[in-house]
Amino acid sequence: MSHPTISIRNVSKKYRLGHIGMTTLRDELQRRWARWRRNQTALGESAAAAGGASEFWALRDISFDVHQGEVVGLIGRNGAGKSTLLKILSRITEPTLGEIRIRGRVASLLEVGTGFHPELSGRENIFLNGAVLGMSRAEIRRKFDEIVEFSEIGKFIDTPVKRYSSGMYVRLAFAVAAHLEPEILIVDEVLAVGDVAFQRKCLGKVKEISTGEHRTVLFVSHNMNAVENICTHGVLLRHGEMVREGRDVRDIVRQYIADHPHQNTSPFWQNDSNAFENDWFRIDRFYLTDSNGEVISHPVANDSSVTVVIEGEVLKPDSNLQIGYGLFTDEMDLLYWSTNLDQPEASWVELQRGACRLTSKIPARLINEGEYRVGLFLSLYRRRWFCEPGVKSPMLSFEIRGGLSDSPCLVTRRPGYLSPVFEWQIRSGVELLA
Amino acid sequence: MKVFNPTDEIVIRPNQSWLHIDWRGIVQYKDLVMLMVRRDFIARYRQTILGPAWFIINPVLTSMMFTLVFSRVLGVATAGVPPILFYLSGMLAWSYFSNLLNTSSTALLHNAALFGKVYFPRLIVPLTMSISSCIAFAIQLCTFLAVLIFYAVTHRVAVSTPHVLLAIACQPLIVLQTALLALGVGLCLASITAKYRDFQHLTGFVVQLWMYASPVIFPFSRIQQKFPGFAWIAALNPMAAIIENVRALFFDSPAMPLPYLALSIGISASVFVFGVLIYQRTARTFIDTV
Repeated sequence: MSHPTISIRNVSKKYRLGHIGMTTLRDELQRRWARWRRNQTALGESAAAAGGASEFWALRDISFDVHQGEVVGLIGRNGAGKSTLLKILSRITEPTLGEIRIRGRVASLLEVGTGFHPELSGRENIFLNGAVLGMSRAEIRRKFDEIVEFSEIGKFIDTPVKRYSSGMYVRLAFAVAAHLEPEILIVDEVLAVGDVAFQRKCLGKVKEISTGEHRTVLFVSHNMNAVENICTHGVLLRHGEMVREGRDVRDIVRQYIADHPHQNTSPFWQNDSNAFENDWFRIDRFYLTDSNGEVISHPVANDSSVTVVIEGEVLKPDSNLQIGYGLFTDEMDLLYWSTNLDQPEASWVELQRGACRLTSKIPARLINEGEYRVGLFLSLYRRRWFCEPGVKSPMLSFEIRGGLSDSPCLVTRRPGYLSPVFEWQIRSGVELLA
Repeated sequence: MKVFNPTDEIVIRPNQSWLHIDWRGIVQYKDLVMLMVRRDFIARYRQTILGPAWFIINPVLTSMMFTLVFSRVLGVATAGVPPILFYLSGMLAWSYFSNLLNTSSTALLHNAALFGKVYFPRLIVPLTMSISSCIAFAIQLCTFLAVLIFYAVTHRVAVSTPHVLLAIACQPLIVLQTALLALGVGLCLASITAKYRDFQHLTGFVVQLWMYASPVIFPFSRIQQKFPGFAWIAALNPMAAIIENVRALFFDSPAMPLPYLALSIGISASVFVFGVLIYQRTARTFIDTV
């Protein structure tokens, strides 16, 4: 492996803030005229500096190599420069400085449906879309049957795409993208549509490609679990700069999590800034109490419960208003979600207009010793996220320590996130023979 | 495993020279060109009753209108050619030009969504447009020939068969020159509109005025008669020579003087080179400013 598949050297990208968006010629002329006049009258440099367009470095001096067959996880918070780097790698835009050498074809898995034309039939769109993504006509013809089968479009293949249901549309588009055979595949999960099944399909495809076919994958995700599982190589970006890069993905993920602002690590959160504003529900307070109803301030023992309290005001009653929480480990691996709509529909409690308070217990004897985080869950079921746990949601934290079991065999922490104590039925040997 | 050919390496670098054009990419994506041409053609006439017949109806109706207004009402001379044939022949190159100019001037803005998501050589788009417009040109040429044959059979115009065959054989050259000019101007406009939307409104206007500056509805010889000293100004417009050449090929009308013809070809070629370079340059980072 003398040559890396991708070699990135000192890449920087500058955006000029004043220039993004539409400009009209008049604006530009005015600016030029003002600048010219300022120079003429020599008003001083401070004024010129204030009037000039401000610059913004989306990427600064990024260098790393990727070898064939590696799955590289790009990690970083929103605005860290991940998408900009991907745009440069896929040649949609150019870097301001630096150089990148790529050996092989680059394709992005999630740009599904680019170049689809509504008036054309499914068949015609497969060819067009495939060609836009860089396949030759012969290549598409060879894979055509496979694509159609994968998409489950069947007899609608000659119907114009504009008559497809949105599900059919996405399936067809994804089928084409999935049958590309690029040497380098870019998967930007941040852009993925919220369909869970679809995301799972994407992750499955990534795994399949990286393990089975020795192709290179660049993977962007906020799901650290997925990054740890899939990636062999991590790159951590922060404010456009590369903080760390290497094969120790676990450590890099840990550092990324440690980078997270710890503004909400207390067991109590109050909505001071009118955050998560929507027409249905105003969240006021979100906190954890112990079994006595007091806000927890100490580590909680495994044999006592923790109560999650959500207080707010229902502004517009809706049977789909879903309120709850997500429980995460301190590494932000999700353990589960729990919401008010988890019961059978008959036992749902209607949320009345006005103040309301929802409580739910994290039962005793469930989670293992360690630190945990609780993220707020607010949504209109399947329609809209107001606050998705773990994604910019307020996070509460608490610690479980001690109280594991009365058994002498369970005095120290066992591995695993859960530490339940279940019953065991035991029959003696004689009965089994009968 | 496939053996990697080192020349396939893609190098991404800022501010590559103006002359850097991804020729290899264009060859690789040749299938995309044909598929996009097909898409343009099909998408344009889906859910229409007359379909591609619009390619015929459009110039025929326009020529009839011109005949009525300019020939009958205003009495503009048509250099001894029957008016309908005169206008149809004038419109041949002109419609190709105005079609291509209009579409190529939106090459960047209308494809912003596509360009923002996936890479392919950006010159594919104008290349597709010029081929798409050729289809309309071919159908229009057939229409013109049909009318010409009708006039010849009814002895209203004298035509010799070898002469017409030669004229048809020369059409690709005419199209080529027109394409160079239209793409040159169109791509300049596309690059400017990418930054300043003002020029979006200008394009339609420019095309309209340009038509009156070109000998579509009058023969160039008329300018030479009326303003003998200033004919060279009108000849600066490369479309003048192109349109006059089409007529000279089919009829016995006087051909464009050779210096004017050379001027026309020279201007077309330089405008084309300039347009392509500026388009390439803009397309590289245009997505940052959309």
